Amino acid sequence: MNEIWAGIQEAFWLIIILDSDLIEITVRSLKVSFTALVVASALALPFGTWLAIRRFRYRRVTIAALNALMGLPPVVVGLIVYLLLSRSGPFGVLGLLFTPTAMIVAQVIIITPLIASITHQAMRELWSEYHDLLISLNTSKRQRVAALIWDGRRTLMTAALAGFGRAIGEVGAIMIVGGNIDHATRVLTTAIALETGKGDFALALGLGFVLIALTLVVNLAIHALSRTEREGTW
Amino acid sequence: MVNYPISVSLNSVSVKRRGKSVLGPLSLDFKVDGFNIVLGPNGAGKTTFLKVLHGVERVSYGTVKWSIPDAKARQSQAYVFQSPIMLRRSVRQNLAYPLQLVGMDKAEITTRVVEWAQKIGLQDVLDFPAPRLSGGEQQKLALGRALIRTPQVLFLDEPCANLDGRSTREIEELLKNATQAGTHIIMTTHDLGQARRLAGRILFFLNGTLHEQGNASEFFITPSTSAARAFLNGDIIE
Repeated sequence: MNEIWAGIQEAFWLIIILDSDLIEITVRSLKVSFTALVVASALALPFGTWLAIRRFRYRRVTIAALNALMGLPPVVVGLIVYLLLSRSGPFGVLGLLFTPTAMIVAQVIIITPLIASITHQAMRELWSEYHDLLISLNTSKRQRVAALIWDGRRTLMTAALAGFGRAIGEVGAIMIVGGNIDHATRVLTTAIALETGKGDFALALGLGFVLIALTLVVNLAIHALSRTEREGTW
Repeated sequence: MVNYPISVSLNSVSVKRRGKSVLGPLSLDFKVDGFNIVLGPNGAGKTTFLKVLHGVERVSYGTVKWSIPDAKARQSQAYVFQSPIMLRRSVRQNLAYPLQLVGMDKAEITTRVVEWAQKIGLQDVLDFPAPRLSGGEQQKLALGRALIRTPQVLFLDEPCANLDGRSTREIEELLKNATQAGTHIIMTTHDLGQARRLAGRILFFLNGTLHEQGNASEFFITPSTSAARAFLNGDIIE
């Protein structure tokens, strides 16, 4: 109990004094996770929507595979990305290992199936509602996907937030591909793991509370921006 | 706007669902002109017939051919469903959507949307979310959205089912205006009174096939089949 209390005090103290290390780590965490979120959303939102409206031979297998990929163990993703980016790997020449870019790649692989799967579920319902109307209006496939994404944007925001939550809280994969290098690839989660290993539980907890607060702030900000709870919207 | 009648040919059309025939086999040459009402008991195939004509229902067998090219035919048609489908947008955006799809100029869209909102009596709720309108208002909006592109043929599937007398009257008024403006209408209804008020021509369906068709005044006075007579008398027919 004392350690939790000390952790809360530490978190407040770090924020009050605007600790430079904390700010650097927090900014890097946000940069990596937001970049991964943008890339993953650009892939997953149209793919999930397309999957909802398109009928093709291996559709059910694709959906099952996508749902299974939601449970990808991050450590395994980290290991695979590590092998691909290591000097002897096929992309070793790019020199990306132990950089924030490698961390972004790992996070994109982890969160894309999650966002795509939630998108598919939401768009399937909306498509069953809109199907007859959009067919009747003689819309092209592109126009249908655009209409579904636009009208389902608030649900898609939730899908994206789920992806962001998973990305910013991820530690296994980014520890492997980022290396937790001070002033280079250290982020909040890897810093927490490091401090816990060193036995500095107060600092680890402090960083943990900052991480939780950050997630809450981002969620609230996005909800406020998308006006999900505003009267008069639907 | 003057729309000349167009015709459609159905050649041995049948629609099956889970192995059960819901329409046809049906062969028919039909000149779409004025106000056409499709009558028949539940399960007669009225809605399926409309959807097949509009191309939103795939036929299991046979062909449907309009007298104008398919792409042009689809562009010049509109459909109003029994349960109005509202886009999760404002009334204004719902009205604008069909015009945006054909790439109409923004200023022209704004003008037309305001004009049609006034015609359907929704000018005061233009920025209100469409899914929150009452049933009657939603049906009027669906009708306005269908008519805003001035279609040559308008399909309506029981547009006044579950509506009160006032909403029904308003919708019938809009439909009369649309036919006067040159839009040809094909509409299903259960309401014989409504059919009498609006129809120029009747298509009577029974068990998935066209049982009888003809001029509305003749159909209501001297139906030529016993099933149609029984239907008009309010008997249960199978």
